[in-house]
Amino acid sequence: MLQEESDLSLIIAQIVQKLKGSNLYSQLERQAWASLQRPEIKLESLKEDIKEFFKISGWEKKLQNAVYSELSVFPLPSHPAAPPEHLKEPLVYMRKAQGSWEKRILKSLNSMCTELSIPLARKRPVGEQKELLNKWNEMGTDEPDLSLFRPVYAPKDFLEVLINLRNPNYENGDSLSFRTHLGLIQVPLKVKDIPELKECFVELGLNIGQLGIDDSTQVPPELFENEHVRIGQKVLAQQDSAAAQQYIRQGSPTALRAELWALILNISSQPEDVLYYEQLKTNVIQHDLLVDSLIYKDVKLTASNDDYYFVFEDYLYQVLLCFSRDTSVLSHFAFNSASPPKSYIRGKLGLEEYAVFYPPNGVIPFHGFSMYVAPLCFLYHEPSKLYQIFREMYVRFFFRLHSISSHPSGIVSLCLLFETLLQTYLPQLFYHLREIGAQPLRISFKWMVRAFSGYLATDQLLLLWDRILGYNSLEILAVLAAAVFAFRAVNLMEVTSLAAAEAVLADLSTLKVMPLLQIFLFATVT
Amino acid sequence: MAGKVKWVTDIEKSVLINNFEKRGWVQVTENEDWNFYWMSVQTIRNVFSVEAGYRLSDDQIVNHFPNHYELTRKDLMVKNIKRYRKELEKEGSPLAEKDENGKYLYLGLCVFHRLMFSVNIPRRPVQPWIMILSHRFKKCVPKDSKTSSFVSQSNKEAYVISLYINNPLLIGGRKFDLRLYVLVSTYRPLRCYMYKLGFCRFCTVKYTPSTSELDNMFVHLTNVAIQKHGEDYNHIHGGKWTVSNLRLYLESTRGKEVTSKLFDEIHWIIVQSLKAVAPVMNNDKHCFECYGYDIIIDDKLKPWLIEVNASPSLTSSTANDRILKYNLINDTLNIAVPNGEIPDCKWNKSPPKEVLGNYEILYDEELAQGDGADRELRSRQGQSLGPRAGRSRDSGRAVLTTWK
Repeated sequence: MLQEESDLSLIIAQIVQKLKGSNLYSQLERQAWASLQRPEIKLESLKEDIKEFFKISGWEKKLQNAVYSELSVFPLPSHPAAPPEHLKEPLVYMRKAQGSWEKRILKSLNSMCTELSIPLARKRPVGEQKELLNKWNEMGTDEPDLSLFRPVYAPKDFLEVLINLRNPNYENGDSLSFRTHLGLIQVPLKVKDIPELKECFVELGLNIGQLGIDDSTQVPPELFENEHVRIGQKVLAQQDSAAAQQYIRQGSPTALRAELWALILNISSQPEDVLYYEQLKTNVIQHDLLVDSLIYKDVKLTASNDDYYFVFEDYLYQVLLCFSRDTSVLSHFAFNSASPPKSYIRGKLGLEEYAVFYPPNGVIPFHGFSMYVAPLCFLYHEPSKLYQIFREMYVRFFFRLHSISSHPSGIVSLCLLFETLLQTYLPQLFYHLREIGAQPLRISFKWMVRAFSGYLATDQLLLLWDRILGYNSLEILAVLAAAVFAFRAVNLMEVTSLAAAEAVLADLSTLKVMPLLQIFLFATVT
Repeated sequence: MAGKVKWVTDIEKSVLINNFEKRGWVQVTENEDWNFYWMSVQTIRNVFSVEAGYRLSDDQIVNHFPNHYELTRKDLMVKNIKRYRKELEKEGSPLAEKDENGKYLYLGLCVFHRLMFSVNIPRRPVQPWIMILSHRFKKCVPKDSKTSSFVSQSNKEAYVISLYINNPLLIGGRKFDLRLYVLVSTYRPLRCYMYKLGFCRFCTVKYTPSTSELDNMFVHLTNVAIQKHGEDYNHIHGGKWTVSNLRLYLESTRGKEVTSKLFDEIHWIIVQSLKAVAPVMNNDKHCFECYGYDIIIDDKLKPWLIEVNASPSLTSSTANDRILKYNLINDTLNIAVPNGEIPDCKWNKSPPKEVLGNYEILYDEELAQGDGADRELRSRQGQSLGPRAGRSRDSGRAVLTTWK
């Protein structure tokens, strides 16, 4: 009991510490001072009266939302004596693997830099700055020569690293037993099985209404949809983050989605936020970074050719170029197993005083990175809001999809979860695919790394991301991947090569995700 | 006698020919006995011209109405709509209601303002105007005073001055227009179907309203045929979006009610344009027609009709496009030529619901009249926003409209 109490006070202390530096704190302070003018505030009961005032005026709700946001994002503190690396990643071998992967990426980036004789960063001449400012809204029409640039890495390179992950303390003997894992991932992490998933995703059950199923044209809206929309509007009126998160587990109506996501992510567009975005934009205008070319190349290769997202090409540049320069993103590395790459001012290699993080936000984009932003363009057309939402989505969820960690939502756990589900509940299919050299993870990895962006139809993708926000976890990606295999199992059983298996699973654009998830979790005989 | 349908076409497009062949129809030439002729607009002129004296028999069907140009020629469309409006005004119909500025509340359908034969652009126009070619015609003079034959002397062009929408709705900063397919099987009673899978065509270049850009034709004209030659044309998606994408985007960023209202208005415009030409249209029972409607949306989410094409392009610019056009023709043929058998033009042109495919009933005058004509006026006045355009609860009803 005592342990829990001290844990709780530790958490409270940490959150208070975090919030003290935030904008909300100064706003609350201002409000408290201003409230002294009000007649109902009396000196004798100052504390209670101000608290009452906050409750009525909605400021308490905002504080609640902020606390809830911190709780969702920040991992629970471990033992007080644990070093800060443990917050990033408790397992040593994982940290080491992440470290060597980062070294490889940085080496690749530096060698590209040297080959092309392009500096990592340079200040733009004034003429170029003016030009870029004029073209800010249509950077997509620019056609710089990007032929010599290659993406720093692609998901399949990352997969190879994960396949070779081994826990040096784990020895399961040479003999194969029924416990042997037949998949590609060979590290012993705890993943959920279907009964546990059913408990976790209870709101996706068969007897609970879902958007994505119970709003189809054959179902009269009076049965579920109308009521659900009404509740959604109420949640928005209350401005309660926690309620919104609970609500969205059953899906969000299209008209309410943009506001609901902003509420759950605790994003409100204050003037300071718009200013901050403008500041980032100025940074982009003034300095050119090598990663900018990587971003251009990525957008041109992926989003520009996508049926749904090509329209928003210019927004993608506006968001991603600013993102690279946003140093506030560095704070998420406290709980990310990755660390921002360091670079040194020319000629001062190794001298810490001359070290800078490169790129300024510490995130090197890989092939397909821009697809994290693209679906958001359907919801937000104001650049600074779009930017804020993307940044928050990244530091809450997306970073876990390309760093090596033992976190249950990390990509390693997702891969293992996917393979385990398949091996346990579709053993015949799994075994068949393995026999023909088509390890299922080789096909589903790219779906999970991109959170299915670019593979599903946009309306389905947004329903899926609703649930990611609702459950504050990425595990649903692994479940969906397994559900897709289950759905196409009959065809997959007949293929005889990896290429043929890829062909069966090449086009997911007609899939409806919610029925697939529901059937896989709740309607399959296990 | 169940024989194979004999088809002819003068448009060599694979989406057509594949559809004919898949039904096991037999290709013939136009001089032989044919049942189905998919013809270009030039050919239909010849078939139905006074000199040709063509007589179609009961088992022959063609894909154009003889005087479709009442709808598809811009100057005639303007004339017909004006006439229709005046008629409604005379009847005292509330549809012809005007606001305090004299603008039609419900019938301000389309972009065209004035019919011009000479170039006479108003001085200092408040909004930019563009000249759109309405049609070309040959000015004919008699050969000589004795004979009654004519010789064409010069090529003339008639233009329409149209109001330029300088506040189009932009998505991702780009201008776009909508292409919707509408099938009309008969004008009296009016029976028309809307293809569910229309698409948006985006400009490849960013839109700016500055007048210097008016010269850049890639910015303003969104027809794919022109965009294709712009430098940024992409052959994978062809600069096209499905209408369902548009709907998702608008619902997410603007809300459900205004989006439903927009789509309602689009359907309204189409039906009104067809109603306007219905009285003058030669409702030949051998004919059906599939129109391509071009519509642009302004930033207040009001749709405007640009033009109607009698011969919408059947060229495919991308793989998706090819599939869409193939299915379009497939569903069109299923409705126009029931069961794929030798047609009898006397049939009642009321196909069963199952063959509609991706078409939805847009307006069925017979059904509408069966419910009582006064419902139209009542429900239009007290129009509720946002019926579910995609939902059909009663089969056979006009599903896309709350008004009849």
